[in-house]
Amino acid sequence: MKNILIILGLLFPLVISAQSAEEIIERIDKNMSAENRVVESSMTIHGKRNSRTMTSISYTVGNKQSFTEYLSPAREKGTKMLKLEDKLWIFSPSTDRTIQISGHMLRQSIMGSDFSYEDMMDDRELMDMYAAEIVGQEEIDGRKTYVLELTAKVDDVAYYKRKMWVDTERFVPLKEDLFAKSGQLLKRSTLSEVQKVEGRWYPMNITYKDMLKQGDGTEMQMTSIKFNQEIPDYIFTKAALKK
Amino acid sequence: MKGIFADMVDMSAKFTTGHVKIMTRAYAENQHQLPNDLALLDVDELMENLTSDYQDMEWVKRIHFGGLLDIPDENGETRAQGPAAGKAVDLLSPDSKETGRMNITNAIVKGVLPSKQGEALISDEFAEKFGVKLGDEVTIFGSTMYGSMMFKTFEVAGTISFGMTMLDRGAIIIDISDAQLALDMFDASSEILGYFNDGIYDDAKADSVKTSFNAKYSKIDDEFSPQMFKLREQNGLDEMLTRSENMSGIMVTIFIFAMSIVLWNTGLLGGLRRYSEYGVRLALGENKSHIYKTILYEAVFIGAIGSVVGTIFGLGACYYLQENGIDFSSMMKNVNMMMPPVYRAAVSPELFYIGFFPGLLAMTLGNALAGYAIYKRNTAQLFKELEV
Repeated sequence: MKNILIILGLLFPLVISAQSAEEIIERIDKNMSAENRVVESSMTIHGKRNSRTMTSISYTVGNKQSFTEYLSPAREKGTKMLKLEDKLWIFSPSTDRTIQISGHMLRQSIMGSDFSYEDMMDDRELMDMYAAEIVGQEEIDGRKTYVLELTAKVDDVAYYKRKMWVDTERFVPLKEDLFAKSGQLLKRSTLSEVQKVEGRWYPMNITYKDMLKQGDGTEMQMTSIKFNQEIPDYIFTKAALKK
Repeated sequence: MKGIFADMVDMSAKFTTGHVKIMTRAYAENQHQLPNDLALLDVDELMENLTSDYQDMEWVKRIHFGGLLDIPDENGETRAQGPAAGKAVDLLSPDSKETGRMNITNAIVKGVLPSKQGEALISDEFAEKFGVKLGDEVTIFGSTMYGSMMFKTFEVAGTISFGMTMLDRGAIIIDISDAQLALDMFDASSEILGYFNDGIYDDAKADSVKTSFNAKYSKIDDEFSPQMFKLREQNGLDEMLTRSENMSGIMVTIFIFAMSIVLWNTGLLGGLRRYSEYGVRLALGENKSHIYKTILYEAVFIGAIGSVVGTIFGLGACYYLQENGIDFSSMMKNVNMMMPPVYRAAVSPELFYIGFFPGLLAMTLGNALAGYAIYKRNTAQLFKELEV
């Protein structure tokens, strides 16, 4: 009996911790994922030689449909991207061509940024993709965070492991390291300007750094974000690309 | 071996390394990623300076780019696509030597060279695989020098096959002005290649050009300043050439040594077989030294004739392989190295003596050694020996 109590005593914190980790990523998903959203943002790419900024508007429904239109600068204006399930099309107004991106090209950078098409495509909830474990607590910019280690539980993920620093009160990641299966650090993101938007906490600024690439990373600044909007179905059709 | 390695160097020079190559240091460090965002700027001024500073050389701009080669259907949507390995060279200037240098004209399988902007040559393998015909449109999708999306549609003027996977896989060749326009590379270039006017790579000359250029233009604190590299410093060629020179030296030495032993033995056996003849000649009163001298004269004469005939046959075979070569292209479909599809020998000056002197010497030494036995023979025993 005494032994059983000792074993239960040893296992109990692990059970608590596993439940907490799951609860944490569930709460992150509640903040970061939505039925649908419309985001206006500016993306600044800090290259090795220069920086440039482009603005865009994105419409997203669940994790399967997404449509982005680039608004500026002039060279990118009118370029549109459509994601339906696991397919991605890009429309170029200058050539009037719609090109489907697939295979290893999805790992290429979007517009020279530190984001890949794959990063943009993977909108699934963390709960569906990763098993989480709390590995510690740290402070980032004066905010207490849980340090979570996420390991992929499905095969088709871009990053096998993720290390995430999650705000203990707002349940928004403040920093994230993304790793390959080999353990190599591939990308690092820092999330800031966390604001309450329509009842949920959301980071309005994300800096993303491809650790295998030179340059100072890509900064995504949300200028407007709206959840649960009425988005017409025709937006998520190939015909909408040429409009 | 000399012929094969000379062809490899020549091919590397023509397609990738030049006799010297100028890039920014930042570009050079990540060259395999084709990082056009780190390309050379103000290249027109640099080209003018190079032309006036090094008048015995020709300078050319080249742009390399990657991306997707996309074939549209009748609605302008993707019908087929594959990875593109693009090269932009000066195809349209009337005095350009690039098409000849890169053997583009001979590599054309169908169609013709682009004659105006907006035309391209694509890999024949790609065209066959996806049913692309002459006059069809293909779109290149990639990134500009500044990271923007690059979409540029070209009309297929011809299809090419160099017979090398490395050059043929996803190949698309366009004019440099088209690439500058599509990739936002006005007055910019991935690299500038320099060629000696006589077309022959001279390492000492390349070294002196490199040293003077880098002293004048390259700045240690500016990774975007131009930096010159000579042929041997690129793509691991120095190590490969040094090793190949050592290996061919070792192989030639072993071969000559083995052949010398064979010829030595021939001479030795020839001398020994004539043992009785020498005995008779001694018995008839011929002087030992005279016999020995005649043996040596005969050996030199026969060795010289044999070596001349052997050298003529060897050089003939070598010349045939130099002119015709052996075509290994069918066996090199999956080879990713810059290897010539046809292996050729090279008739070089050392071939005229490399086989002649060892042949002559071995024959003479063999006979000299065998003939030396003459001095050991006693006249008193000769008749006894000859009775046997």
